Amino acid sequence: MSVPKREVVPLKSSTDVVLARQKVRQCAIDLRFSLVDQTKLVTAASELARNALDHGKGGEMTIEVLNSGARSGLRLTFEDQGPGIADIEQAMRDGFTTGAGMGLGLGGSKRLVNEFDIQSKVGQGTRVTVARWK
Amino acid sequence: MNELAEIITQNEEQIRSEWMRDIAKSLQRSDLMSKAELEEQSRTVLTALVEGVRVSGPTDLTGRGWNGARELLQEISASRARQGFSPTEVATFVLSLKQPLFAAIRREQSKSQDKLFDTVWVATEMLDRLALLTTEAYIVTREELIARQQQELLELSTPVVKLWEGILALPIIGTLDSSRTQVVMENLLQTIVATNSRYAIIDITGVPTVDTLVAQHLLKTITAARLMGAECIISGVRPQIAQTIVHLGINLEDVITKAKLSDALALALDKSGRRVVRMKPGAATPTDTAASPNKEA
Amino acid sequence: MDRIPVLRMGSLLLITIQVDMHDKLALQLQDDVTQKISDWGATGVLIDISSLEIVDSFIGRMLANIAAMSRVLGAETVVVGMQPAVAITLVELGMSLPGVRTALSVEAGMELLYGAIARPGWESEDERAEA
Repeated sequence: MSVPKREVVPLKSSTDVVLARQKVRQCAIDLRFSLVDQTKLVTAASELARNALDHGKGGEMTIEVLNSGARSGLRLTFEDQGPGIADIEQAMRDGFTTGAGMGLGLGGSKRLVNEFDIQSKVGQGTRVTVARWK
Repeated sequence: MNELAEIITQNEEQIRSEWMRDIAKSLQRSDLMSKAELEEQSRTVLTALVEGVRVSGPTDLTGRGWNGARELLQEISASRARQGFSPTEVATFVLSLKQPLFAAIRREQSKSQDKLFDTVWVATEMLDRLALLTTEAYIVTREELIARQQQELLELSTPVVKLWEGILALPIIGTLDSSRTQVVMENLLQTIVATNSRYAIIDITGVPTVDTLVAQHLLKTITAARLMGAECIISGVRPQIAQTIVHLGINLEDVITKAKLSDALALALDKSGRRVVRMKPGAATPTDTAASPNKEA
Repeated sequence: MDRIPVLRMGSLLLITIQVDMHDKLALQLQDDVTQKISDWGATGVLIDISSLEIVDSFIGRMLANIAAMSRVLGAETVVVGMQPAVAITLVELGMSLPGVRTALSVEAGMELLYGAIARPGWESEDERAEA
């Protein structure tokens, strides 16, 4: 089974989040990531997909297979047209380890991937791009 | 500068046989490569060289015509690196082409000193660059080999040992960086599951320094084990390490630490409801009452 | 599956999570557990996550919530069978699930719960003999 170079998954409901997880898992398996790396990537995808749904009022995830010379990887982009994040730095710091509140899980997700980028404008939406290399 | 290409083609046989003779003298590695192999290789290299000079000229080695020669030399160099040739031996293979080539140039261009000099200069630059190319390819191959060995060493250097039913020991030798921690964690956690061990003693006698980063790595490992239902005890804490930990304000509140591995083992045995008892001499035969770590009632 | 089954074994609740849960399912489980503890007077809750390949912050918080709510209702919770890859990922994510007791297997989990149930004001034979 060949991995599609690029696939878009809608994130409109909580079952979509589960679907997104499964798709990322399958792609990671196809690319033969180690079990731990698979788990980290799928967990990050789950966090970010949920963010797009809960905070971003719904959006979509794009899966891309990356090929750079000898290395292969997976890039995930989560985009929503929600309220956006006012203070990105603060959002990256907020965690669920503090116990109270939701915590956007952004800081944690960053640690699960090799590349992390976030763009957000209040009133316009948010885009988070992450990538993991084999 | 296609004169160079001409000169080489006109004198190919002679250049090659002189080259072979020189190599045979300086590269006595018949243990690694047969004469026939060497001859075949030099034939292909010379052909590729001529192609390069003819199509893209002798100065621009990135030119299209040089693709074949570059790939060939990289391949030869990589294979020699793997076989065990030294970098000098590999570069000499190319550089020893100089003498026969210059001799041919002199024969062809003896009439004009200026032309002779120019051609020799171009030839020498070309061969120098080709030699450097082989050296770089050699280095890349060696680095790949080293990286692979490092990985193997990494995996071998953190064995997980079963001390008793349900009690594991993980002696760490050397520094703990983040990549090593990943390997250690995976290894330990998988062994915990495989052996159903509730206690893991992490011995850091062999860890030279424990700074905040190393402590973080240790704590990550301990937390992960705890999430699975196993408890870690750190042992082998040297006095200097204890001081460093306090000075740096590292918080090890939730972690049990012991100075000696034996203390840690005693604790683990105790927590798992066991006691070590000294038998009176002659009280019973060893086979009757000897406790075995592998079979317990 | 629209609900995760909560089974009863004496004074214990047994829950085996085998599906990739969506958020609503997780919240439903929280409700069911607290309801059943109350209905059956359970004093222990055992959650088997050995089939879960992903535990993200939401599921992690669900587990912590169940443990906390159960405790308020007088029951102890033990989560068993977390997979190594999941444990490593949770730690990297920054979740250590304090307040959630864990065990390697269902057997170990039950030992823990029976021991815990036995503790408050309840001495075992040995303890009484030592006193």
